[in-house]
Amino acid sequence: MAGNRVAVIGVGQTAHRTARKDVSMAGLVREAAVEALEDAGMTWSDIDAVVIGKAPDMFEGVAMPELYLADALGAVGKPMMRVHTAGSVGGSTSIVAAKLVAAGVHERVLTVAYEKQSESNATWGLSVPMPFQAPLVAGAGGYFAPLIRAYMYRSGAPRHIGHLVAVKDRRAALRNPKAHLHLPDIDLKTVEESFLLWDPLRYLDVCPSSDGAMALVLGSEQVADAAPNPPAWIHGMAMRSEPTMFAGRDQVNPQAGRDCAKDLYAQAGISNPREEFDAAEVYVPFSWYEPMWLENLGFCAEGDGWKLTEAGATAPDGDIPWNPSGGVLSSNPIGASGMVRFGEAAQQVRGRAGDYQVELKTGKALGQAYGGGSQFFSMWVVGRDKP
Amino acid sequence: MRDVAVVSFAYSAVAKDVLHNEVEMIVPVVREAVAVSGIPREDLGFVCSGSLDYLQGGPFAFVMGLDGVGAWPPKRESHVEMDAAWALYEAWVAIQTGEVDSALVYGFGKSSTGDLHEIMTLQTDPYYVAPLWPSMVDMAALQATAYLDAAGFDETNLAEVAVRSQRNGTSNAHAVRAAGDATIDSVLAEPVTHHPLRDADIAPITDGAAAIVLAAGDLARSVCARPAWIRGIEHRIEAHGLGVRDLTRSESTELAARAAGIDEFPLDVVELHAQFSHEELILADALRLDGETDINPSGGPLAANPVMSTGLIRIGEVARRITAGEAERGLAHASSGPCLQQNLVCILEAE
Repeated sequence: MAGNRVAVIGVGQTAHRTARKDVSMAGLVREAAVEALEDAGMTWSDIDAVVIGKAPDMFEGVAMPELYLADALGAVGKPMMRVHTAGSVGGSTSIVAAKLVAAGVHERVLTVAYEKQSESNATWGLSVPMPFQAPLVAGAGGYFAPLIRAYMYRSGAPRHIGHLVAVKDRRAALRNPKAHLHLPDIDLKTVEESFLLWDPLRYLDVCPSSDGAMALVLGSEQVADAAPNPPAWIHGMAMRSEPTMFAGRDQVNPQAGRDCAKDLYAQAGISNPREEFDAAEVYVPFSWYEPMWLENLGFCAEGDGWKLTEAGATAPDGDIPWNPSGGVLSSNPIGASGMVRFGEAAQQVRGRAGDYQVELKTGKALGQAYGGGSQFFSMWVVGRDKP
Repeated sequence: MRDVAVVSFAYSAVAKDVLHNEVEMIVPVVREAVAVSGIPREDLGFVCSGSLDYLQGGPFAFVMGLDGVGAWPPKRESHVEMDAAWALYEAWVAIQTGEVDSALVYGFGKSSTGDLHEIMTLQTDPYYVAPLWPSMVDMAALQATAYLDAAGFDETNLAEVAVRSQRNGTSNAHAVRAAGDATIDSVLAEPVTHHPLRDADIAPITDGAAAIVLAAGDLARSVCARPAWIRGIEHRIEAHGLGVRDLTRSESTELAARAAGIDEFPLDVVELHAQFSHEELILADALRLDGETDINPSGGPLAANPVMSTGLIRIGEVARRITAGEAERGLAHASSGPCLQQNLVCILEAE
């Protein structure tokens, strides 16, 4: 990885719920930030800069909300930035913040990502008709379902694969008290019998709409060495984007994702991700994206992702647990979901994942987020040991 | 810190662009900035942009914007929902890590398609302020009144800024408001629309885009005869509530300028992101400009204000003068939020 060593030394997360009516937007982000600062053994005055990220402003109706949130996040008198890279934003915000430390600009950076979806309706917020543009067909599900069908056609995956992921991630979430969905009775039959939204996606194949926030404190090597709790060292971080309207794109297995993973693994010295990661927290908002991203991230050959899922390899007790926290399928504060992935990966290698802690062998974990029309990717590798 | 320079700059601005959508506005400025930089597009290490969804009236303005860049094969790319001056800051940080040696930065927006002054109300506290719907001009007028009272100034001082901007605008091909024959009397003869502000004190509605290419060290020297080196770039934010800030000064500008090293650099030229006449006066105070410095020779935002690029253009205007040999060093300023809530200072210098 380029630049100075950087570590995650504090992680804070709100409980994710359908509607956090008990807090304002400022209260929501502050709840996560306070927990992260406490984890890092810091107070507001220790922080050099604040980087905030979230998905489209129309999800809450506040334009450039870093301005309104400057006070709540203790940023007054300090540098503050706002990142927005669509669904990948939680990941890219973490990376922008980490680069401030890697570049030697700052020693201690607080980064926060949030969404308070109950303030509006994301599906319709995504579906504003724009002049001269193809409509987004009623939200993200309408966009991604045809890509999923293309994946099924290419790979020959049987129809129940998505439902297996839907059950696996919801059962994992039962061990995560902060997860939005706790569905103790879920099984293959309930998913199959839930109503059809966008073929082949049924209601329970789809992520919830959540209010929630995630916060990380990032520190330089000197700061991390003195941190009260174990750091998660960043071994690599990468972002890639590709254009929307380009006939050469493969939206099912996007080049940007493959390039991003290749760059990331080169930085982190990863040659076999399935063997070298203890866990992966990957942006799976629709169940079928687990097998699709297994392939895109190089955990298996193209066309084989669904076989890993079917064999249980990605379950919490499998050889490569994916989304042991319950993942996006169990909590989806959109703008925060990427940072939740990055932060949950950090918690695993810090040994602080509570009841959903995986067994640490290599001490390395992957965080991934994607956004737009499968065109924006951000990823990082965190490790228990220094890179 | 690595030496990083602005090696090319291009921008567009018109009062109302009815012929082009955002992507079509981005293509020519990106193409020009990349061509002038001499760095092949595929070699540019990083791409970062600034835009605002609410200007377009739909989510993800930047997503389509990326189509104007030709991001194939896929690029290292990021976006800030801020003026593109902050995208330049993010790109400068990326170069500082050593991961990349060059970056393309761009900003874009069309203010003409909606009511900019009312849209910007959505920047305010959504629970206690936005429901009252003060426009950005209403809030600016409060600040102007407070400043004039504190400084012992009157509307003549505002008109002086407006007149100089209109006259300087005549030398700027992109100015949407310029008048070589503007006088203080002619400005003061206009009606006051938001006491104490007149139209001439308020930046004109402008559509446009801007692009800058940054390069590090020897790469910059190899592609540009006289790169404009970034000697310091810093930004700070203030409290959001207008009632808890001293509106008569810009404390965050003072902090950013000091951190950027303003005291070490006598300035030939300054470009300020002042969308209202009084903002220029407040910023000049914050930067302790002595009256010798050339302020907004381009005409500044009062001549052309393509929102989300206006701050980036300030950096480009200073860099352009350095590269052309017209200045040795200068300061560019960018701002965000109601009443100058957040401010960025970038000091540029010839070799």
